[in-house]
Amino acid sequence: MRWILPLAVIVLLLVYPFVVNSFWLVQIGGRTLGFGTIVLSLVFLTAYTGMLSLAQMTVAGVAGYATAYFTAPTGGVGLLLPWPVALVLALALATLAGLLIGLVAVRTRGIYTLMITLAVAMAFYYLTLQNYDIFNGFTGFNNVEPPVILGLDLGANLPFYYMSVVLAASCYLGVRHVVRTPFGLALQGVRDEPDRLRALGFNVPLLRVLAFGLAGFIAGIGGILNVWLNASISPGSVALNPVIDVLMAGVLGGIGHPAGAYVGAFVFTIVDNFAIDFIARERFNTLIGLVFLAIVLFSPDGLTGLVRRAWTRGTGWARRDRGGAPKTDDIGK
Amino acid sequence: MTKEEALVVEGLTRRFGALVAVDDVTLRVAPGERRAVLGANGAGKTTLFNMIAGDLPPSAGSIRLFGEDITGLSPQRRVLEGVRRTYQKSLVFGGMTVRDNLYVAVRGATGPRLAIWTRAEHQPDRHETDTLADRVGLTDRLDTLASELSHGEQRQLELGMALAHPPKLLLLDEPAAGLSTRERESLVAMLADLPRDLTLILIEHDLDIALKAVDYVSVMHNGRLLAEGTPAEISANQDIQDIYMGRHGK
Ligand SMILES: Nc1ncnc2c1ncn2[C@@H]1O[C@H](COP(=O)(O)OP(=O)(O)O)[C@@H](O)[C@H]1O
Ligand SMILES: [Mg+2]
Repeated sequence: MRWILPLAVIVLLLVYPFVVNSFWLVQIGGRTLGFGTIVLSLVFLTAYTGMLSLAQMTVAGVAGYATAYFTAPTGGVGLLLPWPVALVLALALATLAGLLIGLVAVRTRGIYTLMITLAVAMAFYYLTLQNYDIFNGFTGFNNVEPPVILGLDLGANLPFYYMSVVLAASCYLGVRHVVRTPFGLALQGVRDEPDRLRALGFNVPLLRVLAFGLAGFIAGIGGILNVWLNASISPGSVALNPVIDVLMAGVLGGIGHPAGAYVGAFVFTIVDNFAIDFIARERFNTLIGLVFLAIVLFSPDGLTGLVRRAWTRGTGWARRDRGGAPKTDDIGK
Repeated sequence: MTKEEALVVEGLTRRFGALVAVDDVTLRVAPGERRAVLGANGAGKTTLFNMIAGDLPPSAGSIRLFGEDITGLSPQRRVLEGVRRTYQKSLVFGGMTVRDNLYVAVRGATGPRLAIWTRAEHQPDRHETDTLADRVGLTDRLDTLASELSHGEQRQLELGMALAHPPKLLLLDEPAAGLSTRERESLVAMLADLPRDLTLILIEHDLDIALKAVDYVSVMHNGRLLAEGTPAEISANQDIQDIYMGRHGK
């Protein structure tokens, strides 16, 4: 029984390109996978280490900007490198950014972590806006395209979609793997009782910083997918709105389980694309805000929690693999 | 120093602002000894443990473990040296199973702690959790989430976690707090079953338990060491009885 849901998801992901048009393939499917991977980095932090962050889009932006800088110099800014080198550098820089943000945030909890990571995010936004030597200021970078490997253009719709599936699935399964290793168990110890974990011989601040580094790596993969999807990156990509979108999508999907990241990203992408059709643009943020509020009020563990509870009730399954959904009042701590 | 003591605490003091929570306490505990620290609420017992385990730096004084000065070591280093503790309030990892709780304890004591390639299930030291669960009577609860255990079982789990990779010095902070009479009895039995080479210091509120489980007793009052003696001497001392029952006020 337990393989039915994963199998259904795999089949759905594989046949999806053959039942939808190119808009749904790239703008909904591709975006859900890329953005969802950035959300996954937040869900990983929240669900397994009990830490919040508003800087995950910023870390993704670091990877996106690095990819652009090293593969698509614009207006004389940038340094063309072979794409494998560029991508390794982009991921290394994202991981480093994650580690540094972790160092800054490591002594804070709950709402204070949110505030300090938001401060980092806004500092980075203004840096990209005002710096022309590295970030090319307001303009940013254009024509950021995925590579062509052995004649296969990864920028074409179908290859891009499948590449996104493979990378997102690797990140998702990677998180599921890591949380079962001794390192991952220790992280859950940080989430549940940091004092106890220290008394058992673990270095709690180190674990917190490493978790931010790993989250940075994951966000970096999402950031690379994102910059390719948009074919461009500019300060708007790391501004307040996208930064908050990550948290919104995370809460929407449920910050207690990695699958919630993609559920949240999907719903968010749908609303983001279609709300404009039936609601005036200036009302859009109000709508998103209301949906957000409803989720927080009625299903603190997000849509995934809602589905899981319906599923559990329907099948009478025991609660297995809860991933230890954090209590919502952790957010206020 | 004549013979090597397991633990020597000398002139240990901890101030919180104007309050002297632990005031110039000197203790010597022999290897394999079972020692109880008694005292009314606020006497400074937990603060003493916090300093021995490294959770709080002392304001003055020194701590030696088997002759080695550990006063300046981090809590993690002290774990490696064989110091393990439990807390007054149950601190278990609620979102994890009993087995994972115990396994984290095993890894904390031995390392490597940051292993990321192999799942816990496939780690060579995974089976040590079975032994620990057996010792504290949780064998049939291994796959239960720690948050779903009864209070008594959580205390058993805490003890099991503290026993991972046998400690040299075990500090138990009110292990019987909140336990039923029956659970208390099985706790006393569990303590009696601990290997004799393990040095145990026990903070206990329940005089009966403490006196049943230990060889020697130190009584604290207002941060100071008030008296020391065998359980028989302590229970015969009316002054101590009065203080311990709180009749002299705090
Ligand atoms: N972190 C702390 N900050 C300030 N005061 C403290 C702290 N920890 C303990 N105290 C105070 O020190 C005294 C001794 O506390 P404690 O060691 O917990 O006593 P016991 O464990 O014997 O009940 C109490 O008056 C307590 O309020
Ligand atoms: Mg106490």
